[in-house]
Amino acid sequence: MKDRTTLHAWLMLSPALLLLVAFTHYPAVATLWHALFSTPRANRPARFVGLDNFRFLAEDPIFWQALWNNLVYAVATIPISVGLALLMALWVNGKLKGRTALRMAYFTPTVLPMIAVANLWLFFFTPDYGLLDRATQFLFGWGPTNWLGSHETALGAMIVVAVWKEAGFFMIFYLAALQAIPPVLLEAAAVEGASRARILWRVVLPLLGPTTLFILVNAVINAFRLVDHIIVMTRGGPDNATALLLTYIYELGFRFWDTASASAMTVVLLAILATVAAVQFLVVERRTHYQ
Amino acid sequence: MSLTRRTALATLASAPFLAAPAVQAQAPVEITFNYPVAVGGPITKLIDGYAEAFSRENPGIRIKPVYAGSYQDTLTKTLTSMRGGDAPQMACLLAVDIFTLIDEEAIVAWDDLPGSDAPWLDSFYPSFLENSRTAGKTWGIPFQRSTIVQFWNKEAFSAAGLDADKAPQDWAEQLAFAQKLTKREGGQVTQWGLQIPSSGFPYWLFQALTTQNDVRLMNAEGTRVAYSDPKVAEALQYWMDLSQKHMVHPPGIVEWGTTPRDFFERKTAIMWTTTGNLTNVRRNAPFPFGVAKLPAGRRRGSPTGGGNLYVFKSASPAQREAAAKFARFLTTPDRAANWGIETGYVAVTPAAWETSAMRAYVADFPAAAEARDQLPDAVAELSTHENQRVTKALNDQLQAALTGRKAAVPAMADAQAEATRILRPYN
Amino acid sequence: MSRTLETLAAWLLGLLWIAPLAYALWAAVHPSMYATRFDLLAPLTFDNFTAAWAAAPFGRYFLNTFLLVTSVLAAQLVLCTLAGFAFARAKFPGSGLLFGLVLLQLMILPDVLLVENYRTMRALGLVDTILAIGLPYMASAFGIFLLRQTFKQVPKELDDAARVEGCGTFRILMRVYVPLARPTYLAYGLTSVSFHWNNFLWPLVITNTVETRPLTVGLSVFASTDQGIDWSIISAATLMTSAPLLLGFLLFQRQFVQSFMRAGIR
Repeated sequence: MKDRTTLHAWLMLSPALLLLVAFTHYPAVATLWHALFSTPRANRPARFVGLDNFRFLAEDPIFWQALWNNLVYAVATIPISVGLALLMALWVNGKLKGRTALRMAYFTPTVLPMIAVANLWLFFFTPDYGLLDRATQFLFGWGPTNWLGSHETALGAMIVVAVWKEAGFFMIFYLAALQAIPPVLLEAAAVEGASRARILWRVVLPLLGPTTLFILVNAVINAFRLVDHIIVMTRGGPDNATALLLTYIYELGFRFWDTASASAMTVVLLAILATVAAVQFLVVERRTHYQ
Repeated sequence: MSLTRRTALATLASAPFLAAPAVQAQAPVEITFNYPVAVGGPITKLIDGYAEAFSRENPGIRIKPVYAGSYQDTLTKTLTSMRGGDAPQMACLLAVDIFTLIDEEAIVAWDDLPGSDAPWLDSFYPSFLENSRTAGKTWGIPFQRSTIVQFWNKEAFSAAGLDADKAPQDWAEQLAFAQKLTKREGGQVTQWGLQIPSSGFPYWLFQALTTQNDVRLMNAEGTRVAYSDPKVAEALQYWMDLSQKHMVHPPGIVEWGTTPRDFFERKTAIMWTTTGNLTNVRRNAPFPFGVAKLPAGRRRGSPTGGGNLYVFKSASPAQREAAAKFARFLTTPDRAANWGIETGYVAVTPAAWETSAMRAYVADFPAAAEARDQLPDAVAELSTHENQRVTKALNDQLQAALTGRKAAVPAMADAQAEATRILRPYN
Repeated sequence: MSRTLETLAAWLLGLLWIAPLAYALWAAVHPSMYATRFDLLAPLTFDNFTAAWAAAPFGRYFLNTFLLVTSVLAAQLVLCTLAGFAFARAKFPGSGLLFGLVLLQLMILPDVLLVENYRTMRALGLVDTILAIGLPYMASAFGIFLLRQTFKQVPKELDDAARVEGCGTFRILMRVYVPLARPTYLAYGLTSVSFHWNNFLWPLVITNTVETRPLTVGLSVFASTDQGIDWSIISAATLMTSAPLLLGFLLFQRQFVQSFMRAGIR
């Protein structure tokens, strides 16, 4: 019996595993391996350099700035987008007026192609006649602000676009979870006279545990992956103010053709992600309550 | 080399009518030609048309254009496929990629191709060739080339009491004009005098300022840069002062992509941008505008820009011959003129400007000739070994200075230190 | 009172979220000069759409994108259901480690593996095929994780009852688990389709010809800013290419929600 379960499990897993190994694990290991070699040039083939690429990275101030920017980007986008997603899901799950239209509105960013939408956002942030400046002018009487062109606001602008892009996506998962909660539970709590806030806190949120874990994993990954808009809108500028790890990897690998440094930096990024995911998975999974 | 059914049939069908039996014996030569434009734009139709016309003239050769997106995408695609052992035979890539391509041992020099000769290679504008020649050879054929010019709003000039038909001729005049053109309401500026974009590739526009201040940013071998030359910092100081001291130029980084729109919206009275914008401005500006050479500092000047044609090592002897033939076909005076008229890029040979089509075009739209008239003062675009890195060192520091985080002299000293470090292996 | 305030807040956020789409609608149907000027009397035009449509062979691109997303989704549904079920219910040695290995794909960014994957595709002779665009995504850790979570929440008693009735593992999966996971399938299907509909970098690298390229590559015609940005045409192209997705979501929404309800009540 036990052997048969194992056999079945392997049979069911093997097609997916085969593809995963071919297009994720093998190329990832190849990248790790390449991080230990110098960049091959036409007249200088790659040679083994050990940890030299990492040493080179440690001396690169742009790497440290990208790391710091990415940390800020993550610390801002993760809680804001997850919090907004929960709020959105609660709203469109409730008895709000026009919730169908609202659900649509929240979800649209997921459907729109970033490569084009980033250009529309460029208009929103354009100084003076851009939409944001008109709004701040109308509401607060502010003058023109160069949102993308100054060091202080550029990263913030990128964070706004990222939150806009992903919150509606996460909302869908919260919505799925909310609708799976048996109404009996909520009714019972309501009969006992619990307030809405109390029901939310004591009944709903604990039941959303597994979903939150899942969304958190994705939010963390997105904090390191969602960079299309940066490449279109600021290319990491001004003066690296919006450079993130992945934009810098892209720059190193596909603009400077320095595949060795790009591989080394990829290893750093993978290490960060692996640590975060391991912590999340081990710590949170243990405490998550399954139905 | 693949023999497609259509070309095979075409060759067979045409064989009886051709006197030369050699053509029958030859298998058709196919050339993959990577081109830096997104699929489907108007330019693809032009290139497709040229490729077809060429194949009609040369039935033994088939050109297969691959449209790969931006210059950056095309270079990425070309080098990625080259590493996969799948390189194209020919590509149009940035003129400044010359050292990258040579260092990768990706390309062959045009001088070594069968069917190319010195008179043809010398027929282009010398300022375009500056970016093609190093180590005594010509590596790129100028094709999709541009330069920087100034556009001005004639209505705004008249409103400010300036002569609507006269662009600023030198730096002092440029500042004086810009001061008159900058309009303020309350504490806020409603129209800037002048706008020089600084996002993405500020070095290119900055190079116009340094050239005007009579300093060269790099040597011909691409092994040294002169970022820390006092004249470079002086040029940067002029740019910084426009916004930080005189307040006639928007503060911070000015976005390249929205600059033409700022101009149409009358948010700036003068803009610097590429000649490639001529058609765009002509179509969209809601007011009469002028186009002129950039103003002079110690001298006039602008960098050139844009793409050259390269032939890759992977090409077989027959393909190399075919590539040279195709490049000559593309750069005949009539075709170069046609290309310039259709796209707004600068036609690459003096002979092209002497054709009747081009003469008629210039007579109708004299602004088109401004870019050409600037060519004698133009210089090669900044290009070195490790090009992207060395330019980034400059870009970052320029943006730091323009956003007011650094003074001109230390910013350029830092850029120099970084560039020197990167270029050490080549010196 | 607080209810009204909440509704107001919800709508304000909704307006904010829809703003780019609303702007795209505005810019797409007005001449270029009105792209930055909101004048109710601005003349309407369809020219931006014709210009955008003429800029690339969008008909062919639509077909390619359709083939791409359907083949990827079909493969994902099958592969992820099998794998998710195995991870959710089968206890076998090494399953934890294996699951960890699968989760690696959540973190390893496909964009980073461009060069290596290009090499593999070339070795397989798949460069410039629609299959090559989809292949690296067909086994999706995201889908496996999602379905495992869902399957884990299926009450064990249902499983046991079916087993008592003499159902084999595969029948149990199809009869008990898959129907109960329908909302997850819908949510996942929708996100998978929109992801691949909008994916850009890998398709650009792996394809060379009009016959294989998806819509986003057509969109890149407008993404290059060498000659400045024309917001009207970008808007028209954006609307055109995302219309099927937007429409699909709009039409699907009812069923989407209903199947949530059904799953919720069970």
